[in-house]
Amino acid sequence: MSRDGLGAERVAWSAGGRLIVDGVAIDAPPGAVTGLLGPNGSGKTSLLRLLAGVRRPDDGSVAFDGTDLLRAAPRERARTLALVEQDASTDLPITALDAVLLGRIPHRSLLAGPTADDRAAARDALAAVEAEHLAARHVTSLSGGERQRVHLARALAQQPRLLLLDEPTNHLDVRAQLATMTLLRKLAADGVTVVTALHELTMAGQTCDHVVLLSQGRVVAAGPVDDVLVPAVLEPVYEVRVDVLRHPRTGRPVITCTES
Amino acid sequence: MTTTAHRPGTSSRDTAAAGRPGGRRGLRATGWLVGAAVLLLASVSVAVTLGPAHLPVTDVWRAVVDHLGLGRTLGVTPLAPLPDGIVWELRLPRVLTAAGVGAGLAICGVVMQSLTRNPLADPYLLGLSSGASLGAVAVLGLGLSLVLPVAAFAGALLALAATLGLAGAAGGLTPTRTVLAGLAVSQLAAAAVSFVVFWTATGDSYQEILSWLLGSVAGSTWTSVAVACGATLVLGSLLASTGSLLDAFTFGDTAAAALGVPVERARRVLLVVVAVLTGALVSQSGSIGFVGLVLPHAVRLLVGAGNRLLLPLSGLLGATFLVWADTAARTVFAPREIPVGVMTAAVGAPVFAFLLWRGRGRA
Repeated sequence: MSRDGLGAERVAWSAGGRLIVDGVAIDAPPGAVTGLLGPNGSGKTSLLRLLAGVRRPDDGSVAFDGTDLLRAAPRERARTLALVEQDASTDLPITALDAVLLGRIPHRSLLAGPTADDRAAARDALAAVEAEHLAARHVTSLSGGERQRVHLARALAQQPRLLLLDEPTNHLDVRAQLATMTLLRKLAADGVTVVTALHELTMAGQTCDHVVLLSQGRVVAAGPVDDVLVPAVLEPVYEVRVDVLRHPRTGRPVITCTES
Repeated sequence: MTTTAHRPGTSSRDTAAAGRPGGRRGLRATGWLVGAAVLLLASVSVAVTLGPAHLPVTDVWRAVVDHLGLGRTLGVTPLAPLPDGIVWELRLPRVLTAAGVGAGLAICGVVMQSLTRNPLADPYLLGLSSGASLGAVAVLGLGLSLVLPVAAFAGALLALAATLGLAGAAGGLTPTRTVLAGLAVSQLAAAAVSFVVFWTATGDSYQEILSWLLGSVAGSTWTSVAVACGATLVLGSLLASTGSLLDAFTFGDTAAAALGVPVERARRVLLVVVAVLTGALVSQSGSIGFVGLVLPHAVRLLVGAGNRLLLPLSGLLGATFLVWADTAARTVFAPREIPVGVMTAAVGAPVFAFLLWRGRGRA
């Protein structure tokens, strides 16, 4: 199989005798934003870690642009894809710029220090998430939202062709959420394959081209936003009453949930 | 947000700005390292002059130059036999052993703290030092035919395995659980050290127990210097070259793996190197606390958390710290000598408290 974008098949992973990810297949084309949806505990975070290669699946295959990611050397993989975790934290006195510079590690010898190019890349990445002013601040002193943007910048500094994100809008205020989503759209327009776990269904509807809906470690539905974000699909998964309205200006779906 | 997001390095403004901070940082790092090296050299020179027989610094250097066989070339006259013996046979080996042990322990502390993301990790608290002591006294007391540093290394490795095994068996390696497991292993090993020494000792067993459990570099010879400084130069330099690798662990194992680090292999290899180095050091000095714990934190507050500078600088300042701690241990209450671990704790604990207090605004 040699095709562009991310392609995963039959991905399975269990922990503590429980099957967390159960034979998942995902197809995320380049230049598009693919949303990973599902209730808490549906396996979104675990799946992202498997796709990122930081955990090995028990079964299945993960390929990107025709390359087997599970067999790729770790550094090669880190030059191809970046993962933005949900709650990465540190107690160490490290500045935002230095944190972003960590993203350059896969691009240089482990014995070498960051070059001027690395610093330029890190500053550009900070600029891309509108966080240049945070460069000299210690990460521990940042607010949750500011920290989240620094993590995003760290992933951008890796200059990935595949960007995996675990609920990147957590901790962010509305404006910052929209800015993040706009950035993801721009990255996709530049040819990056973007796969992001999201909680907010309406946000997924406004930002994503495709969505994959997970429930209990399985894919329940996958496809274009308008095929998946419909009451018939969402209601059994989330166990709520779902109404899908149309946004008056964008025409995108607005999903409201009430108790069933 | 700008559109050039994922293609950094293209904006002229940032390329122009980037050269400067890079150079300035390099210069700053070099400044710190040179300064710390000079401080260490001066400390060693002065520490050798201090003691019951007070000698001028020039005598120290005369003795060194003479024994290095450079006396004639540099036109330096040798010292009289007595002062020469004090410098060359008594004090210099002791001071240099302290320097080697201090540097090695500080570097081990940095590596362990980074790899386990545990601010309380160091060879002493996680039981490696006590384990190494146990290995050493087992060889000395029970007459096992093993080389001392090898036995100490085996003890350190067993203790490390026990600590990580104990902490990991209950779930993930959280800092709290790791420290608690380290405490248990360390206490058990310390008790075993005392038992072995009591069981086998013929002379002053209290003194011997104290020097294994609290550390001492009294009676160091040039063999001690060779083991302590040799191990630190070889293994410490090896560890000190892993700065970027350790940096990758800043945000945890998953983040490190996402940056292309083979997490489990890196951790296993580096922790074994730490155990080897700890074994070599403890076989010469007993288990000395606080150096591996406090030094890295103090240096982080000075220069930040970047391991590429933190590792070598902690090594140099750890050496200086232990040189002075040992000098104080043998001179402050002279003619009584106290275990150097008492000194490192007496200095280290208040410094640690101060650092916590000063750092509170940043956290």
